[in-house]
Amino acid sequence: MWMLGPVGFTAPLLLLALPALPLLWLLLRAVPPAPLRRRFPGVALLLGLTDEDAETERTPLWLLLLRMAALAAAIIAFAGPVLNPAPPAAATDDPLLIVVDGTWADARDWPRRIDRAMTKAEAAGRAGRTVGLIRLTDRPEAPVFHSAAAIRDRLAGLVPQPFAPADLSAWAAALGEGRFETYWLSDGLDHPGRADLAAAMATHGPLTVFETPRPVIALKPPVFRDGAVQLAALRLPAGAQQEIEISARGPDPAGIERELARTTLVFATGQGVAEGTLDLPPELRNRLTRFEIAGQPTAGAVSLTDDSLKRRKVALVGSEADAEGLILLSPAHYLRQAMAPEADLIEGGLSDVLLASPDVVVLTDVARLGNAEAEALLKWVAEGGTLLRFAGPRLAAAEWAPGEDDPLLPVRLRAGGRNLGGAMSWGDPRTLAPFAEGSPFFGLAVPDEVSVTRQVLAEPGPELAARTIAALADGTPLVTRKETGAGQVVLFHVTANAEWSSLPLSGLFVQMLDRLVTAARIGMTEDRALAGHSFAPVQVLDAFGVAQDAGNLPGVTGEALAVGRPGPDLLPGLYEEEDRRVALNVTAADTTLQAAIWPAGTPVEGAARDTERPLKGPLLGAALALMLVDILAALGISGRLSRGLAARLMLALMLTFPAPAARADAAEDAFAIEATGEVRLAHILTGDKRVDDLAQAGLRGLSMRLFERTTVEPGDPMAVDIERDELAFFPFLYWPVTADQPLPSVNAYRKLNDFLRTGGMILFDTRDAGVSGGTTPESKRLQLIASGLDIPPLEPVPEDHVLTRTFYLLQDFPGRYSGPVWVEAAPPDAAQAEGMPFRNLNDGVTPVVIGGNDWAAAWAVDEIGIPSHPVGRGSGGDRQREIAYRFGINLIMHVLTGNYKSDQVHVPALLERLGQ
Amino acid sequence: MTASPDLRARAETLGATLPPLLAAADHLAQAVVLGDHGRRRAGLGDEFWQYRPAHAGDGARGIDWRRSARSDAHFVREREWQAAQSVALWVDPAASMRFSGAKNRPTKADRARLLALALAVLLLRGGERVGLAGGDIAPRSGRAQAERLALALAEDSAEDYGRPEVGGLPHHGRVVLISDFLGDLAGVEAALEAATARAARGVLLQVLDPAEEEFPFDGRTIFESMGGTLRHETRRAGDLRDRYLARLAERKARLAELAAASGWHVTTHHTGTAPQPALLWLYRALEAAL
Repeated sequence: MWMLGPVGFTAPLLLLALPALPLLWLLLRAVPPAPLRRRFPGVALLLGLTDEDAETERTPLWLLLLRMAALAAAIIAFAGPVLNPAPPAAATDDPLLIVVDGTWADARDWPRRIDRAMTKAEAAGRAGRTVGLIRLTDRPEAPVFHSAAAIRDRLAGLVPQPFAPADLSAWAAALGEGRFETYWLSDGLDHPGRADLAAAMATHGPLTVFETPRPVIALKPPVFRDGAVQLAALRLPAGAQQEIEISARGPDPAGIERELARTTLVFATGQGVAEGTLDLPPELRNRLTRFEIAGQPTAGAVSLTDDSLKRRKVALVGSEADAEGLILLSPAHYLRQAMAPEADLIEGGLSDVLLASPDVVVLTDVARLGNAEAEALLKWVAEGGTLLRFAGPRLAAAEWAPGEDDPLLPVRLRAGGRNLGGAMSWGDPRTLAPFAEGSPFFGLAVPDEVSVTRQVLAEPGPELAARTIAALADGTPLVTRKETGAGQVVLFHVTANAEWSSLPLSGLFVQMLDRLVTAARIGMTEDRALAGHSFAPVQVLDAFGVAQDAGNLPGVTGEALAVGRPGPDLLPGLYEEEDRRVALNVTAADTTLQAAIWPAGTPVEGAARDTERPLKGPLLGAALALMLVDILAALGISGRLSRGLAARLMLALMLTFPAPAARADAAEDAFAIEATGEVRLAHILTGDKRVDDLAQAGLRGLSMRLFERTTVEPGDPMAVDIERDELAFFPFLYWPVTADQPLPSVNAYRKLNDFLRTGGMILFDTRDAGVSGGTTPESKRLQLIASGLDIPPLEPVPEDHVLTRTFYLLQDFPGRYSGPVWVEAAPPDAAQAEGMPFRNLNDGVTPVVIGGNDWAAAWAVDEIGIPSHPVGRGSGGDRQREIAYRFGINLIMHVLTGNYKSDQVHVPALLERLGQ
Repeated sequence: MTASPDLRARAETLGATLPPLLAAADHLAQAVVLGDHGRRRAGLGDEFWQYRPAHAGDGARGIDWRRSARSDAHFVREREWQAAQSVALWVDPAASMRFSGAKNRPTKADRARLLALALAVLLLRGGERVGLAGGDIAPRSGRAQAERLALALAEDSAEDYGRPEVGGLPHHGRVVLISDFLGDLAGVEAALEAATARAARGVLLQVLDPAEEEFPFDGRTIFESMGGTLRHETRRAGDLRDRYLARLAERKARLAELAAASGWHVTTHHTGTAPQPALLWLYRALEAAL
């Protein structure tokens, strides 16, 4: 191959023809364009006229250049130019081993890797070499070498795994004997044993590594700290400044998963870590199910959330003896009111609530616990529980022996002064001091009206100042805290009710409790909780970060889950045990991204390498295009190209390029005009011509009946392709469901949901008489289709549904069959309307009507308006068809008039008012 | 239209071509609303003109007894003079007339024949005698004459440019010459001279294709006459346009000059326009000449 800059030529000798181009010049200059013969009677008047100049005798210069360019392009094309030709591989007959990491990090540009591997395999196949393929996330086994074609098929079906290989040195042992060349498509991350494997491969033959320059970005599991969700992302390699978008997703109030929040993290130049916070209201935070980095389709960029971001479980334990007090004065009432929006509350005896493994236990005015209870509580605190205590008359009255230190109290309460409250000689109730830095309450505004009249006092001690997290204006501790093991004990020196202070009446109380409760369990190791339990997977992630139903995957032990290292037996995902959910993410809190380091001298290819590109095709195309232009030009010069023809050609050329968009627009406009010119019923195209034709005929029949009997005068029904057409133009869609109907795309679902939410109605017809209770193929298909739709709870049409009286009074809704029909359920609190035989039902139109009565067949008429499908037998059948039409009319009336008939319940009241 | 021994074939050819032409001509003629056609003086005719007192020399047969009985004098009933005119038509049968500049336009010959026949139908309906110049068909009146004219008009000539024939013209007859007048004008001059010599006046109708008026050609072209006898090669037809148009205008001016000198009427009709105005013009021009 002969190289000229980046372009190589496979047949460079042909280029010698280029100097012959001037010959063309001479030839063409000598031959003028051929004349055109024309019959023309006026020639008699032309006789004797001479041409003014003889320039066109020769080919014009520009045309000549055009032709020379066309010829040159053809010559160069046949010389076989190749841009960036691949250097010829060293001739070898050794098999080629293609090694794919197959980890989650590979998922970021998996198709490119597969392409690269394919190219390699094909090249090897052309050279007659056999090819082997191993994926390092599989269990080690000796590579098997096949023909390149077989490897192609395997490559096409290869997918990455959502975890990293456990130990690559096991592969080193499995490589076996024999020489082979290795091509390693690395994900760029270091995995244990990589150096061993690389060294082992080097002993078998040359090793080439392929790495892409695209950074690996991973998202650490978000943690909740300081009142906000803390996000951290990692990247490798750390290059220029980069922004990433983190999307927090979860179900919305309607249960549809959507993005709930989004924030941006910035990697500073040269930094491998980006951090940020996401402040979410608790309601929203409780709904989060996953975080993901937008535009990073890898499992490492997805972090599923489990209970750690969820509501805390708070156990309220009061002194039972006090149960007969007034409810509004009970401390538990204040606590309940303050914490119920934020946390799940459990109430009961201490030994009972501890079994429910709460995050926080609140003890209100409990002075002494039984030994067994105290021990259990202490153990629970040491494991990470937060014990929240409130003072009260009992605590104030409790006595501790000198030197006795209650481990369940953060400070020693002053002994001797048993009832300090009553003996205190404060002139005025004291107010709160601002919270000191380092206190969990730091930053909360202190309202002036909070005052404390009684409290228990702490014994002064060296550690008292450090344990005080809130104090009164005179420095007396109000809230103290002591850390015990992984947990903490917090004491409010006042009661939880308003007897001793006005704190429980203020908003500050709620905020303080909120901070304490949400801070609970942070950093608590789950080992205790996980060990000894068995967890069943609910959702698992694939390497691309897509959550999939776990199906029948086996459960895992809590110990394995606690180690938190995903592998073939422990896929990342969401695991569940009873009411507990634990997320196992690819990127753990302690994950770091380490770049793979290759033995010196290993050639490393990047994917950005220019691919070999033959230029023959484009050049030949250019030559052809130039020749076409030449034809037009030659026609123009010789006068054969009339102006009209030229204009038409230009138009055709221009239309060729932007035409699709323009035509599509025009078609859309035409569709919109047709759909909105009149009221039109529409049916959804199923792809089954027979069903579509029947739906069309059915709606035509219904339209005719509407036209005859009502003031609704619809145009011809239209067929709607949900993928392509706009649905907003139609009030009503008839959707016959076939068993093999394709599922709508995401975009189509969006359109359908918009349609349903904005007042459209879809009549689903499974055409199976609805007798089987949803086991026919059509019903199953409908369930599948409807799972993506925003469909409210349903019920069979109740007797007083507005559908029964929008135009005709009906009680059943037959089509060709007479089965049950389902509509949106009435609200449970619908009450009987006064003086009316029906309830005061929901406003608005049911968005869906579902049934299997094959209405289209009952409605269907042929071109001249004769029913085309039999319904029932004899006059009974005719009656059934008539009722079917009446149902259709009622339905359309319901769609078009909405709750008008429902509003009839108000008629007596209106009449009465008019009478006055 | 060559004579074929096969009667049926001839009849069919006639049936195939004549009725459309004749029908079209009839149709066209009907579009022209005519006024009365009398000479507005007493003479030979069918229509009543006036009663006048009988002079000496009036034959007894000339007396209108019914009128005379109402008074003492004798009256003679006079009729309006309704002398029929002889009109000779000449339609250029040459090859140059078989040109059409566009597929959707009729040839000049078609249009010329249509106009001529329609005029003939009109005139025949008015009682005139119509024939073909050159003596092929002597002027006669009557409906049947239209069919004879149609048959005769359908004949083509092989020569490139036509030369008007005015032989056998009746004295004081009227002549209609329809041609493109692109050939030698000497023929026209001669025809006009001959006609003037027989005290015949008439009209010249120049039928041109729009292409001949516009010369929409460009590029290297060889122009040939319809018969192929004349040819002219040019390398840039577009450059010739102005000079061609000048020559055409000059020719029209020359025609007008010739016509004016002998009291004839002349106009130009384009095949691209509707035939009715041309027919009306022809009829009015003839009427003025009558």
